[in-house]
Amino acid sequence: MKFKKTAALLLALSTSMAAEAHRYWVLPAATILSGDDPWVTVDAAVSNDIFYFNHFPLRANFLSVVRPDGTGGEMHNVAEGKHRTTFDLNLKQEGTYKVLMNTSGLRASWETEQGDRKFWPGRGEKPKPGDFEKKVPKQAKNLKVGYSSTKLEAFITAGAPTDTVLTLNNQGLEMKLSTHPNDLVDSEPVTLQFFMDGAPVAGASVVIIPDGMRYRDSQQALELATNADGKVKVDWPHAGRYWLEAEYEDSKAKPPATTRSGKYIATLEVLPL
Amino acid sequence: MVSVKRLFIALVTGLCVNAQATELSITLEIPSMNVAEYHNPYVAVWIMHSASREITNGTVWYQIDENAEGEKWLKDMRLWWRRTGRSLDVPIDGVTAATHKPGTYNIDLNHITGELKPGPNQLYIEAAREVGGRELLSVEFDWPVQQAQSLTVQGETELGDIVVTLQP
Repeated sequence: MKFKKTAALLLALSTSMAAEAHRYWVLPAATILSGDDPWVTVDAAVSNDIFYFNHFPLRANFLSVVRPDGTGGEMHNVAEGKHRTTFDLNLKQEGTYKVLMNTSGLRASWETEQGDRKFWPGRGEKPKPGDFEKKVPKQAKNLKVGYSSTKLEAFITAGAPTDTVLTLNNQGLEMKLSTHPNDLVDSEPVTLQFFMDGAPVAGASVVIIPDGMRYRDSQQALELATNADGKVKVDWPHAGRYWLEAEYEDSKAKPPATTRSGKYIATLEVLPL
Repeated sequence: MVSVKRLFIALVTGLCVNAQATELSITLEIPSMNVAEYHNPYVAVWIMHSASREITNGTVWYQIDENAEGEKWLKDMRLWWRRTGRSLDVPIDGVTAATHKPGTYNIDLNHITGELKPGPNQLYIEAAREVGGRELLSVEFDWPVQQAQSLTVQGETELGDIVVTLQP
């Protein structure tokens, strides 16, 4: 059972090659906290319904915590349930924390002589260095090699917001906001700018879905595409929590990859003013 | 000679009285509630200079306790928290105080008039109550005060009658 979950997660993580992928998300119980020694509970899950735990937990070992000073933070009381992972953060530093998932690597697909489709890394496989050379037949039919990255972020602020955890590391698809992510209010539109390996990219697709899917008939997704500067403008329909996913792919890849693709996911909370 | 000196003193005194007469105060009502579980509201009174958006804190009432547990709910006065609260280190002498039960309170804001900037200013009153709601009211006034005036605003849920008194 455990193996199946892990396998499914890894399969889903090897995203861009697969036609359909599940939605990953991290949901902090609160994103703005006051007090001397605040604690916050965070849930992490993989499910297509936003934000309902009904599929797989997003396992804690895929996640890390960055503290306002840029150092790693501790996840307390980690528990993995059938449908979600949960943990607590003790916000001992003032400022903005980040919960992060960051994965990247080579992916390959090809066809055998018999016409069967093959993927690497395979189901449940964690690639080791040198595996690409050993396990991917370079002469195979329709061989496609891509470099893909997935980055997921959620922000939590104790006291006044800070910017250290917002710094881009210029790898994969990343997002910069015109307003601090813990300063979003429903009456103020925000501009989001997307960067691939550090450069703004046009044509990235951005999907933003409001919380509470169970109580409506449609996804109510905002579907946007970045302009020449890599930007999209978002008018929040209302206060609440939103799941954001952006995707981008092009052929500016480093060999042996012929494509590079990035996925960026964030949970954003918008308050009423 | 004596009389001149007296006159001089009288003039100086008169000037002082004049300066002290500039007055800013607010009468704030916390309405009584007929509810099963009642907690005194957190209340913040602050002034924002309209042009510069600079903020001067007047009064903040919150649950002050040994373990600073009460600070956990300061964020519920969410506009105050966003604009100024999150950058402050509470408690603040002359600004923070314990919560108050329902009643009408006169709050003297003369301790902050020296910090106010000329031009239009917005006085905000924000209240948030555990197991209750949150209400935000505001009143605009020009600083410095040219003539005596009292400005009123009526709360609907967490706040009652508010009267801002301004004396030149």
